[in-house]
Amino acid sequence: MKMFLHQLRAEQRLYWRSTEAAIFTFIFPLLLYVLLGSVYSKPYYGKPASQVLLAALFAYGCAMVAFAGLAITLVIRREASLLKRLRATPLRPGTFVASLLASTLVVFALETIALFSLGNVVYGTPFPDRIGSMVALVVIGSLCFAAMGVGLSGLIKSAQGSSAVVNLIVLPMAFVSGAFGPTENFPHFLQVIGKVLPLTYFVNLSNAVYLQGQPVWTQPQALIILTAWGLAGLVAALRKFSWEPRDR
Amino acid sequence: MSAIVVRGLRKAYGELEAVRGVDFEIEEGEVFGLLGPNGAGKTTTVEILEGYRKRDAGEVRVLGHDPERPGRDFRERIGVVLQQSELWPNLTVRETHAVFAGYYAKPRDVDEVIALVGLTEKAGARVKTLSGGQKRRLDLGVALVGDPELVFLDEPTTGFDPAARRAAWEMIRSLRALGKTVLLTTHYLDEAEQLADRVAVLRDGVIVRVGTPRELTSAELAVEIRYRRAGEEIVVETTEPTRVLNELTAEALARGEELEALEVRRPTLEDVYLGLVDEGTTP
Repeated sequence: MKMFLHQLRAEQRLYWRSTEAAIFTFIFPLLLYVLLGSVYSKPYYGKPASQVLLAALFAYGCAMVAFAGLAITLVIRREASLLKRLRATPLRPGTFVASLLASTLVVFALETIALFSLGNVVYGTPFPDRIGSMVALVVIGSLCFAAMGVGLSGLIKSAQGSSAVVNLIVLPMAFVSGAFGPTENFPHFLQVIGKVLPLTYFVNLSNAVYLQGQPVWTQPQALIILTAWGLAGLVAALRKFSWEPRDR
Repeated sequence: MSAIVVRGLRKAYGELEAVRGVDFEIEEGEVFGLLGPNGAGKTTTVEILEGYRKRDAGEVRVLGHDPERPGRDFRERIGVVLQQSELWPNLTVRETHAVFAGYYAKPRDVDEVIALVGLTEKAGARVKTLSGGQKRRLDLGVALVGDPELVFLDEPTTGFDPAARRAAWEMIRSLRALGKTVLLTTHYLDEAEQLADRVAVLRDGVIVRVGTPRELTSAELAVEIRYRRAGEEIVVETTEPTRVLNELTAEALARGEELEALEVRRPTLEDVYLGLVDEGTTP
């Protein structure tokens, strides 16, 4: 436990010190929320655009922090032999992974607080009523997307291209999944693609909890599909994760 | 007692046999050099001892443990400097040491270790601002912060300028003074000669010679006697330098000549090493 807290503290320091990662994963969703919020004004689902976009960008924040950020960080550390170096210390792999997940959870929780506070200050959006369900969403989202992030890191071979590859996946996924706003007017084939992607279901969950004020367990289908994606990520992580550089 | 025992060690990567039956023993407190050209199997051997790779055959004991099934305290007692590794660019030197110190049950004082590796002035600097030599010293610092008994140094000075190498040598010597056992790999002969109590020369996955640097250089190879006569350089190779030199000087004295540019040269470790390495490659 002491080692877990030690490593969690180290991971937090590493995250906030790494300006590029912090801007890319933490600031970007906030910035996009302000930008999109100033462009869209038409209400959706009987709610103001500012609230609909907030629910969507909450999901985008999860994809950025837990999926994109974690994947890039892990590839960079792996290729720098940093993970290999850590393996030679008494730090246990389980403790390392647990602290990495906990750190991701902390960052996404702060991202969530920042997003909802920003909405409240700039657009007067209300804070969520269903606090318990929001907390559950933060935890489930972090874990599922982090598992996919670790899995993806195992599929990326070099540090140089990692940022480009991850962006190439996350940006279209966010667009098609409705994490930049509702997709009802999208062409049919994009909506079909969206139905396969995990982020779509996280957006649905976020809409249900924040916009409709429903408890998270009223959406079993979305929860099951999201969890299935998380498990697929876990399987990829277990099969493809490596402590040692690939690119040599 | 032996810190490391290796018997009949073998390791292949697919078709390529990287290590083909290696035996050696390292005593506690000894600085042992594993010397050989690139691809000789040095890093494979060391990484098996560090617990990174599984061996195909043979027996390995490191501090009484089998590194494939290390007990709880194995990693507490070893320090590792990898051939190539980077640390977190955005942490300071002190923070990096402190993070590593937190992994060990009984770490050394962080500032003491930073002083030992000569980074006190850089303690507050971010890792990304360090020079190559300073980064290597940081690698050594974090390898020592857990106060290990055994330190693995895989090519610790590769890519250093001469001044940085001398500084690194001083640090490695100070490890001996601290009573640490050190396993050092290098392809620099002078480094092995300067630092190691004993050296094993590795070639194509096999140890071709083990001994103290002195033993290796005094073995077999002929002493070279060089001088000039009438502007021409003459080289005599002999295993009986005393007799040959006596004859040469006696002749010269009898003729009333001076042996110009007379030089007697013992083979350096480099000559021995190149001799050993060439044996395998020349048909």
